[in-house]
Amino acid sequence: MAVIRLALIGILTLLMVGTLQAGGIEVREFDDPVMEQRYRSLTASLRCPTCENQAINDSDAPVSRDMRDRVYMMLMDGRADMEIRDHMVERFGNYVLYNPRLEGRTFLLWGLPAGLVLAGGVLVGLVVRARRNASARELSAEERARLEVLINRGRSE
Amino acid sequence: MTRRLILLLPLLGFLGLSVFLYQGLSLNPFHRDSALMARDFPVFDMVTLEDPERRVDRSLLANGEVTLVNVWGEWCPECKREMPQLLDLADRGIRMVGISYKDTREKGLGFLQDFGNPFEVNIFDPDGELGFELGVYGAPETFLVDRDGIIRYHHTGYISARDVREYILPEVQKWQ
Amino acid sequence: MQIQMIPEIGHFALVIALLFAIVQSVVPLAGAALRRPLWMAYARPMAAGQFLFVAIAYAALTASYMLDDFSVLNVANNSNSMLPWYYKFSAVWGNHEGSVLLWSLMLAGWGYFAVRYSRELPRDMVARVISVLGMVCVGFLLFILVTSNPFERLLPQMPQDGADLNPLLQDIGLILHPPMLYMGYVGFSVVFAFAIAALIGGRLDAAWARWARPWTNLAWAFLTVGIALGSWWAYYELGWGGWWFWDPVENASLLPWLTGTALMHSLAVTEKRGSFKSWTLLLAITTFSLSLLGTFLVRSGVLTSVHAFANDPSRGFFILMLLGITVGLSLLIFALRAPRVSHKVGFGWLSRDAMLLINNIMLVILTVTVLLGTVYPLLLDALNLGKISVGPPYFNALFVPLTLLMCVFMGMGPISRWKDTSSKLLIQRLWLAAAVAVVLGMALPLIFAERWSAPVAIGIIAALWIVLPMLRDLYDKTRHASSVGAGLKKLSLAYWGMQLGHLGVAVTIVGVAVVSNYNIERNVRMSVGDSVSVAGYTFTMTELASRRGPNFLADRAVIEVQRDGSRRSFTMNPEKRLYIARGMPMTQVALRPGFFRDLYVAMGEDLGDNSWAMRVQYKPFVRWLWLGGLLMAAGGVLAVADKRYRRLATAPDPEDVAASSGAKPEGDRQEATA
Repeated sequence: MAVIRLALIGILTLLMVGTLQAGGIEVREFDDPVMEQRYRSLTASLRCPTCENQAINDSDAPVSRDMRDRVYMMLMDGRADMEIRDHMVERFGNYVLYNPRLEGRTFLLWGLPAGLVLAGGVLVGLVVRARRNASARELSAEERARLEVLINRGRSE
Repeated sequence: MTRRLILLLPLLGFLGLSVFLYQGLSLNPFHRDSALMARDFPVFDMVTLEDPERRVDRSLLANGEVTLVNVWGEWCPECKREMPQLLDLADRGIRMVGISYKDTREKGLGFLQDFGNPFEVNIFDPDGELGFELGVYGAPETFLVDRDGIIRYHHTGYISARDVREYILPEVQKWQ
Repeated sequence: MQIQMIPEIGHFALVIALLFAIVQSVVPLAGAALRRPLWMAYARPMAAGQFLFVAIAYAALTASYMLDDFSVLNVANNSNSMLPWYYKFSAVWGNHEGSVLLWSLMLAGWGYFAVRYSRELPRDMVARVISVLGMVCVGFLLFILVTSNPFERLLPQMPQDGADLNPLLQDIGLILHPPMLYMGYVGFSVVFAFAIAALIGGRLDAAWARWARPWTNLAWAFLTVGIALGSWWAYYELGWGGWWFWDPVENASLLPWLTGTALMHSLAVTEKRGSFKSWTLLLAITTFSLSLLGTFLVRSGVLTSVHAFANDPSRGFFILMLLGITVGLSLLIFALRAPRVSHKVGFGWLSRDAMLLINNIMLVILTVTVLLGTVYPLLLDALNLGKISVGPPYFNALFVPLTLLMCVFMGMGPISRWKDTSSKLLIQRLWLAAAVAVVLGMALPLIFAERWSAPVAIGIIAALWIVLPMLRDLYDKTRHASSVGAGLKKLSLAYWGMQLGHLGVAVTIVGVAVVSNYNIERNVRMSVGDSVSVAGYTFTMTELASRRGPNFLADRAVIEVQRDGSRRSFTMNPEKRLYIARGMPMTQVALRPGFFRDLYVAMGEDLGDNSWAMRVQYKPFVRWLWLGGLLMAAGGVLAVADKRYRRLATAPDPEDVAASSGAKPEGDRQEATA
C-alpha cells in the first residue's frame, strides 16, 4: 500500500512539475519583425489549457504546440490578433485568455482598481482638508511662533 | 458610532473572502466545461481509420441518434484502461464513434485489435486537426452529441465504471 | 538503535513544543490581565523552551534526511541516496511537511528573539506580545501534528531508495529562497503581535511605534530578499529567462510585501507625528494575515499554480480554520478596541504626512488589485460563473501605471517636511531634478540603444525622479557642515536606510523597464559549427558532448561566444539533463552575467542529425532587478541599526515620548520615513 502511494505521489509530482520547465523552444521563421512580435505577445497571453499555470509559449504540452502552430499559421494567413484569440476561445473557452475580456462577470475585476484610484483621490482630499482645518484650529500663538521658526529654518537650509 | 462601523469593515471584508475560500476548497480547478457545450459538433470531412477510402462528415453525427464520441490514442494509457467501460456502453446499445487522435493508422488499428472496438466507426485524425476543433487538450476525452448533432456533455479524462453509472448513462437518457 | 529512534524523538519534541506554546499563550496573557508579575514572567522561559523543542524536531528531520532514513515517508518522497549532502539538507524544506516545520521553527525563533531584545519594554506589553505569538505557534504546531506530520513512517515495508528531490529544486536558489521568504512571512508575526498587544492593553503611542519599527523593517528586508531570490531562481532555473510570472504563489508573496511596505511608512508617521494609529494597527494585522493567506492559497490547492504543493483538502480546511480564527479574531479585536477618538494632527497638502498618506493609499490599491486578480477566477468559479484566467497582461496593465503614479509622489516625499512644506520650497528643490530626469530619460535610450523606446524613457524618468531629489537633499544637508565627510557623518542611519531603500526601487524600475523592452531572443537550430549573432555577440557551437553527473545524465553543448570587434572569447555550456531517479528531463541554462547585460543560452530539443533547438537571449540590465531588491533590503536593515532603536534598549527617552505630541521644533531633523 505504502509503495503504491509512494508511486502515485511520484507520478503526481511528476505530472505537476514535469511540464513546468522551459518548453516551447522551437525554430520559427519570420520575415517581418512586427509579425514576430505579434507572435510572441499572442503566445505569451494565451494560457495552456492542460498545464498548471503557463502560457503556451513556454509549455511543452502537445496542445500548446498545436496552439502555437495554429497561431503561426493564422498570422501567416494575415489574420488579426483579435481573430486569432477568438479562434482559440471558440475551441478552448475563455479560460485560455490571460487577459480576461471586459464583460459582465469581469466588470469588477477591471472596474474595482479604477474605482479605488478615484476613491483614494477623494479620500486623500477629504483627509488633508480635515487635517488642514485641524491644524489651523489647533495652532496657538506659541505654536505659530514655533512654526515660523521652522519655516525660516527650512528656507535658510 | 459610524466610526465603529467603519472599523468593522475589514472584518466583514475578510469574512466575505473566507466564504469564497471555503467554497474554493470543494471546487476542482481542473474541471472545466468544454467551450463547445450546447453548440454544433464542428464541421469536418475526414477519412475513417478502418478504410482510407471512406470519407465521413458531420452528417455522421446528426442522424437522429444520440452518440458518444470518444477521443483516443494508442499512446495514451488511460484510453486503454477505459476501454472495458466503453465496450460496456456499446453493449447497452449506445452508439459510439471514435476519433483516433494523433496516431498512425497501424497503431490505431492495433489498439482496436488488442483492446476491443466499441465504435461504429473511427474517424482518423493523425494530426489532431479535428481534436483541435473540439478543443481537446489530452486524451481520453468524451463528448455526448444529441440527435441534432449538438454537443451536450463533455467528460475529460478517464471514464470509470462509476462515471458510467453516475454521469454518462443519465446524460444519454436525458438526451435520447 | 538510537539512530532509529530519531524520527520519534522529533515527533515527541513537537508535542512538547506544543505544550510549551499552549502555556506561553495563556499564562502571560492572564498575568497581564490580572496584574500578576509571576504569571507574566512565564513569557520568557516558555518562548525559549518552545524554540528549543521545535529546533530539536527540526534537527531530527534534518538528521533523517542526512542519514538516508527512507523509512520516513517524507524522506522517501523527497530524497535519494545519490543526492549530494547539501541538497539533502535543503530538501527538508522542499516539501509541504518540512516547510511547515521550518515555518514553525522560524516562528518560534522570532518569538524567542522578540523576548530577548525587549527587556526594556513594559512587562505587561512583553507578556501580551509573547502570548499572541504563542497562539500563532499553537496553530501551526497543531497543523503539523494533525495534518502534516513530517515524521510519518513507512514501516515495515520501507523502500530501498528515495524518489529523489524534484530536480527543479536541486539548486542553490532553492537552498536560499524559501528560508528567506518564510523569515519574512513569519517575521511579520512580531509586529502583528505588537499590534494585538497594543489593542488589548490599550497602549498605543510613539514608543509603541518605535518598538515595532525595527521588527517590521527586518521582516520586510527578509521578505524582499526572499522575493528577489525567487525571481532570480525562476530566471535561471526555468529556462526561458522570465523573472516574474504573476503566478498566484508569487502574488501571495507580493501581497504582504506591499502592505508591509505601507506599514513601514505609516509606522514612521505614527512614531513621528502620533497620527495614523488605527491605520497602522490595521496594516500590521493585514500584513501578517496576507502572509497566512498566501500559505493557504499555496497549500490548499484552490488555485492552479505552477508552484502548488501536492495538496490535500483536509490541510486546506485546517489552514482556512487557522486563517479564519487568527485573522477574524484580530480584526474583531481591532473593530472593538481601535482608538475611539482619533488624534487629529494637522498637516497640509504638501506635507510629508500627506505624501505618506498617498503612499499608503497607493500601496493598498496595488494590494487590492493583485489580490483581486489572484482570487477572481476562484470567486467566479464559486459563483458558478465559469472559468477564466487572470494573468500577466492584466497585472501589467494595472500594476505598471499605478506604480508610476506612486513614483510621482515618491520623488516628493523624502524632501517634503512634516506638517507642511511650502510650495515654493518644494518647487525650488524639485525643478532641476525634474528637468534633468526628463532630459536624461529621453536622451539615454536614444544614445545607448539602437531604437528609442517610450516605456524605457518613462522608466528612466521615474527612476531619476526618485533619485535626483534625494541627491539634492544630501547636498542640502551637508553643505553647511565643515566638510562633506563631517556632514555625511551627521546623517542618521535611518536616513541612509531610507535613501538606500528608495534607490533600490529606482534601480529595480530601471531594470524592469530596460529588460522588458530591450530583451532580444533568438530561437535557432544549431549543430556543431553553426553560429548565430545576437546583439553584437556571435555564438558558435563548437562541440556536443555527454556527461554524467551525480544523479543525472546530460547532453552538453559547448558554445563559443565572441563579441563583435573583440578578439577575446569565452565559452558557455548549456545542458539538457535527464534526472535518473524520476526520469525527468531538465534544461540547464548557461548564463554569462554582467552588470549591464546577461547572455542566456538554453538548450531545447534534439532535432535529430546532431542538431538542437537553442534559445539565445540578450538581457540588458536584468541584474538591476535583483540588485534593486538587495538595496531595498539593505536599506531596511540599515534603518534598524539606527541609534535611536539602540537607545531604546537602555531607557525610554523623554524627548522621544514627547515626539508623539507632534508639534516639535526638531520636526525637520533628518529622519527616516522608510
